[in-house]
Formats: sequence, structure tokens, C-alpha cells
Amino acid sequence: MTAGTATAERGGSLAAALGEIVGARHVRTALPERVTFARDGLPTHRHVPGVVVLPGSRDEVVAVVRLLAALGVPFVPRGAGTGLSGGALADDDAVLIVLTRLNRILAIDPVNRIAVVEPGVVNVRLSAAAAPHGLYYSPDPSSQTACTIGGNVAENAGGPHCLKYGVTATHVLGLEVVLADGQVVELGSPGGEPWGPDLVGLFVGSEGNFGIATRIRVRLLPVPRAIRTLLADFSALRTAGEAVSAVIASGIVPAALEMMDQSCINAVEDSVYAAGYPRDAAAVLLVELDGCREEAVAADADTIAGILRAHGARGVLSAADAKQRERLWQGRKKAFGAMGRLSRDLVVQDAVVPRSTLPDVLEAIGRIATAYGLTVSNVFHAGDGNLHPNISFDGRVPGLKARVDQASGEIMAVCIAAGGTITGEHGIGLDKLRYMPLIFDGDALAAMRAVRLVFDPLERVNPGKVVPIHACREWSGVRTHPGREPGDPRAGARGELSELAR
Amino acid sequence: MSWVDRVRALLGDDAVDVAATPDGVPRVAPGSPDAVALLLGTAREEGWRVRVEGAGTWLPVDAPADLALTTRRLDKVPAIEPQDLSATAEAGIACDLLRQQLADRGTWLALDPPGLAGRTLGSVVATATAGPLRHGFGPVRDHLLGVTFVTGDGRLVQSGGRVMKNVAGYDLTKLAAGGFGAFGVIVLVHLRLRALPRADQTLVLEGSREDLAQVAEDIAAAAVQPAAHELMSPALARRERWLLAVRFAGSAALVSAEEGALRAATGGRFTALRADEAHALWMRAAESFATRPVTFRVGALPDSSDELMDLLQHQVGDEWISASPGIGAIRWGGETTVDRLRRLRRTLAGLEVPLTLERAPWPVRAAVGHFGAYREGVGPLVAGLRRTFDPGEAFVVAVEGTE
Repeated sequence: MTAGTATAERGGSLAAALGEIVGARHVRTALPERVTFARDGLPTHRHVPGVVVLPGSRDEVVAVVRLLAALGVPFVPRGAGTGLSGGALADDDAVLIVLTRLNRILAIDPVNRIAVVEPGVVNVRLSAAAAPHGLYYSPDPSSQTACTIGGNVAENAGGPHCLKYGVTATHVLGLEVVLADGQVVELGSPGGEPWGPDLVGLFVGSEGNFGIATRIRVRLLPVPRAIRTLLADFSALRTAGEAVSAVIASGIVPAALEMMDQSCINAVEDSVYAAGYPRDAAAVLLVELDGCREEAVAADADTIAGILRAHGARGVLSAADAKQRERLWQGRKKAFGAMGRLSRDLVVQDAVVPRSTLPDVLEAIGRIATAYGLTVSNVFHAGDGNLHPNISFDGRVPGLKARVDQASGEIMAVCIAAGGTITGEHGIGLDKLRYMPLIFDGDALAAMRAVRLVFDPLERVNPGKVVPIHACREWSGVRTHPGREPGDPRAGARGELSELAR
Repeated sequence: MSWVDRVRALLGDDAVDVAATPDGVPRVAPGSPDAVALLLGTAREEGWRVRVEGAGTWLPVDAPADLALTTRRLDKVPAIEPQDLSATAEAGIACDLLRQQLADRGTWLALDPPGLAGRTLGSVVATATAGPLRHGFGPVRDHLLGVTFVTGDGRLVQSGGRVMKNVAGYDLTKLAAGGFGAFGVIVLVHLRLRALPRADQTLVLEGSREDLAQVAEDIAAAAVQPAAHELMSPALARRERWLLAVRFAGSAALVSAEEGALRAATGGRFTALRADEAHALWMRAAESFATRPVTFRVGALPDSSDELMDLLQHQVGDEWISASPGIGAIRWGGETTVDRLRRLRRTLAGLEVPLTLERAPWPVRAAVGHFGAYREGVGPLVAGLRRTFDPGEAFVVAVEGTE
């Protein structure tokens, strides 16, 4: 059977059954429709899902998952598709469950500073809804105007302001989860205290492998009353990296501490997001301090400005007003978009290193870029040591993508050798499966797989992601599935789907 | 060969301390994570039931077992990195010794768990017992970058890492933190540190509980942001009346501004403590819980804190209470019975408030369980996770209780 006929058959009975649950217009079977879901924010992976379904309520999600469980069909949950690891991609034999229609903010409790949302709520919408209460939702990935909170939960998303306030896991208090078999469970408790082992903490960042979060209870924070945003420019990347360590060691925790190198600065300044960054700087640091007390924030900002100057900043600009602050931040937040000017394709990389190693690691990345003849731009969360070396290239040039892959691998190796890890906020997905054995041994990987099997015994939810099964050591109690080859969790399901299609 | 001889052959003579435990259970003190793995692998093969101990100052060392595994020889601190604000410590290090070593390098672990100063780091992580600093710096899990633990069948499993952000693979650290040892023996912990605060000021106010609850609300409404904001019962605070203690820690400018805001919001009623007085207050409160036979914690919505304290007063008394009303966390200590704990847990479950039993004599732990009943559908997940990490049921841990 060719892929085309399989799709046509799949478009029959399964689509009809899904259509009965969600309404026919929320099921996509035609190839041109499915192709629009073939990528996430990373251009290097393309997988066309077999069927796309967009449920409109929790009950519809449950019904869809139960149908797929009964039929043994794998599925992949997806939010807005802004992920950067190929995590929310489904193959031709799987159903993509798109959650963007579950977009209601169910409750905002200003007294207890809590919100309850559906997974498809766009990140920035929650802060806008909480603003009249003087509250906001803190995790702020650069894609926050598009990405969904469900996706943030799956990836344990970060963002510039996670330096002071913590990543998504810090802010998620409870979850309603639809498991692989369609069972609905409540994890956590209304106040955020774990109810038993911390299954909320375990679920956050599990990249969709443990089920679908259909209700998410999050903590809101008071909007800071005082903010200072500083832009420090440096004539050398190394000096900027050293200044980061000095700021961290000062004991003052900035809300955000971001770095952009010259390549990134120029991409931004050439774009509509031009923020007035100095083009001749080798790097700039964007440092924000916030709090509830104007005098304390002002004093701490003065201290930080002094540290930056003492560590080689040519100049330190303090945003004069909210407008200038927004402009400085817009350049940073839209830097990935601005890099679209540099070339046709962009690989946004993600790794974390100990902060004190930033100067050495940045220099090593520069050497790798030179060796491979590639343009690498750095824009990243320096305060966390969370690097984003971005490689611009034209995927149509023969052999170039392979070079980009090799360079990415070398960058990862440098970060691991420095004591770091392969992802700080983008996740493993498909893109980083190959690096997992570099940081985890066979027992650790097997333990992860065994945990996944507790939630999803048949490995039908977002199959093939996060844990490279071939690298797992044997683990007692881990069953292998009849009719499947080791390393291919979907092999059995393929047969079942064909049967369904007949 | 007797099992003692086998353990001696495996780990060396000085790893076995046969006569040391009060209940006669032989105690083994492995000197490395690999030795813990070796021991538990053997325990699995032999079907030994193992209880895990730290310094023995928090959970009573009274669970029935074939042998006691203590982490007390895992007391090294392989790395303190002031520039990265991270550290790696073995699980058996005493909290006070760790704190001193960190302070010597200008760093600080912002955790002030209940119990004696010599309590081990592993004990704090395994039981997720945060103290008053949880208000400003979060629960225990927020201070962990990664852990290494040994499963019931002797596998060393590393999770997380030693960098500030990490989403590589599933976050098994969250299972280890607060798992009460049901999923493994924690042997190594990577910690997120802070710079030693340049200023650290505690202010207190005595009054009736009702009055102080109102003051606590005023403080929250004024957006005062303390490191700790704790309401303590008179016995715990060693005062005539209830005590509201507020602690600020950070830069001098921050502490000064927050202290000013506190005074403005409360009409200048608070009294500032000297550093030695503040140290004594917080330390005594932490240590007092180790002198009570039973402690538990409940976590609720902040606006129900007062109602919950009424409930505790009614059902189990309120002599030993330490509460962070701003985040809805309450720790209770005292003497009580299995029946009362069960009744209280049922009442709280009806209010969607979990009760986690932190410490109690074995008969109480065995009957009540650290967690008791779970929410619907969660029990099979926990059972599956336990089978995954302890397939031979080697660990003697009272997770659910017997009700």
C-alpha cells in the first residue's frame, strides 16, 4: 500500500469516527491541510500526520483518546506548533491532536493568585487577562505571543524572566490529565502541595509522552511596581561572558540577564525590530531588575551598572521610560524572527552550560562556526547559562544541512564537556534524541522509559520522542510489545491502523 | 556465609555496624554511591528488606527490616562553585556542616528545614521538608538541579544535571524529592545556591492568632515580599502569645526598602531582632519539631489558612504549629493517634487539601502512611512507579498506610 492510498483509507472510517466526536470540519484528512502541520518552529524536520483532529472541549479530547486507544492508534498532542525540537510532529500512521480550540481561561483567583486554563490558551493572553488584578503569568518564552500554555507545560518552557522567577515547572500547581487510555486524573492539589509523590513535577516537561493536560492550574505573580532595564555593550564576547558571572556572584538576582552577539545585533538592527543596539559592539547584555520597591530596584540597578562597567562594559544605558524598555526588549524577543533576514533557514539551538564557562564556550562555538564556514548568531539567557547558538543556512544548497548537523553536534559536545546539558528549554523531541546517550547512561535512559510505560504502557502517545530506546539498558518489568521491533514503538500500531483502514 | 559476612565481603569490615541500632537491626554504612548500588543489588537477590536512614534524627529508625542502610558515610561535598551558584553534595552530609562549607565560599542554600542541625541533606530532599524560607524561595524541589539515586534493585540512576536549566529527558528528580525513599536511595544531590545575603533582618510581632492573621493579610496586600513570613504557635516561638515572624534577605537596599514597607503596612508594630536573636528564634523553631513524636504538613489555598488552623485546633490541637499563611503551607507537630490522623486526613481530603505525614513512630506511619489515599486514578500510577524503581519491594517505606 502506498502512503497515498493509506491516507485515503484513513480518511475514511477513522476520520468519520473522529468527525462524529468533534464535528467533520474539525478533522483534516486532505494532504494540503495535513502538510500545514508537518513542521514545528524548527525547519529541519518534516513529518506529515496521518489525520489531524481539533477537539473543542475536554470531553471531546477524552472521547478522541478513548477511540484511538480502542483502535490502538498512536497520537501526538500539539499546541500552536512553535516548539523547537520536532516534538509535536506526527507521522503518517498517527493522529495529531491539536489543542488550540481548548483556549478558555477558566478561572482567575486574584486572592490566591491562581489561574486555571485550558491547554490551548496562548501564553501572553493569560497575563493580559490577569493584568486588571495586578497579576501576571511569569514564564515568557520568546514565542509567548503565539505559543500555548499546554505546550509550555509539555516542554517546561523557560524565557528571559525565568532567571529570577523560575521556569514553567515552578508555576504549575496542578493538572487535569487525560492518560493514554482516556482515563482522566487530577494531579497535585488546588494549593500546589503534591498529593503523594510529585506527579505534577514529573509530568511537566514530559513532552507529551505521559498524556494530555486538559486543565492547568498555575500561579500568578504580582506585576512588579518598579523596573530598571539596562543595556551594556562590550567590545569582546569574552568580557561580556565574564561580566555575567560577576553579576550573578553579586547576590542581586536580576529578573533577566540576556546576551546578544554582534551577528544577532546587526540582524535586529537591520530589521523592523531595530532597538538601537550599538552595531559595533561584540556583544550586548540586556539586564532587567524588578521588584515592588522603587528605591531598592534603583539602588540595585546602580550596583549592577557599576559591576558591568568594572567588568569591561563600554557603556551602560538605562531605559529612560517604558517605551524605550519595550523597544530594547522587542529587539531581544524578535531576534529569532530578525535572523530570518540572514538566510532562508535557521536552526535555533539550545544548550546550557555552567555560567562561569560562558566565555570559553562562546569562543569554542565561534571556532566551530569558522571551521564549518557557517554563520552562528548567539542570543541567549546568559544569566542561566542557557545558550541559543543559531545557525543560518540555505537548506537548498547541497550538503549544507549535513554540515549544519555536524556543527550542531560539535556545539553540543562542547557544552557537555563544559559540564552542561543539551537542552534548557526547547526539549529533546526528535531533534536531540541522538544526543541523549551523551549525557545519560543506559540505566538512566531505561529508567525514563520505564516511567513512561507507567503512564503509557503501549507507548502510543507521541511515539519515538525523548528517549532513544536503542540506548536503554534492560529494565526489569519493562515489557516489549508483541509484534514490534525493538526501537520502533509504533511498529505494532501500524498494522492495526491498516486493519482499521480496510 | 551469613549476610553479615556477605556484606563485609562486598563493602569491607567498616561498613557494618551490627550492634548499633536500638531495635537490633544491623546497620550498614556504605562509603560510596557504588557501594550503595552493590548492597541493594545483593539485597534484591537475597530478598532482604531494607530501611534507609540518614543521621537518624528526623524519621525514627524503627521500621522493621532485615538491615538498615545509612547514608551517613556519604558525607563528601565534591563541588562548590560560587561563580555558578551551584554545589554537588553527597546525601549523607549534615545540613549544618554543608551550610558552613557553603558560607565559607560566600554561598547559601535557601532552605531551613525542620529538625536538628545535623539532619542529612538526603533526609531533607527525600521528605521534601522545607521550612519558613519556602515562602520566598519555594519548596525543596526548587533548590535541586539534579539527583542521583539507587533503585531497590541496585541501579544508579542520574537525573537532571548541575546547570540552572535542564529539560533533557523526564524530570525524575521530582520523584526523588518528597518520595520518602519509595523510589530509591538518594546518594548525590546537585544544588541551586544563592549568594549569601548581604543583609538579613527578622522582625516579629506578638498577638492573638486572629490579630496576626489579619496583619499577615495586610502584609500580603501591601505586596511586601519577605523571604519568610511565618505564624508560630506560642509553644513553638517560646512566647506568651502567637508570633508573626517576617524575614528579609538580600541586598542591603532591598532589605531596607522591604522593612520600610512592612512598617508602613502595619503601623510600625513589628520589633526588629538582633542577628543572634533571629538565629535563635528560627533554629529553636526548626529543632522543636524534632522533639515532637508526630509532624505533618498540609498545603492549601492561602485564603483558607485560618480556617485550616481552626480545623487543626479542633481535631488535633494547635500547640505546635508553624504556618506560612501567604502560601497556604502549615506544619503541625505534637502527639496524636492513628484514628485522629485518619479522621483529619479524611476531613481535609473533602476540602481538597492533602496531608503529608512527615514523621511518626513506625506503627503510626505504617497505619496512616506518608500520603494515605490518592485522588482517583493516581494510585495505579504510584504503584506502577514503585514497581519500576523497587521491583523486589526491598524498601520498607509506609507510603499509603493500611486504611
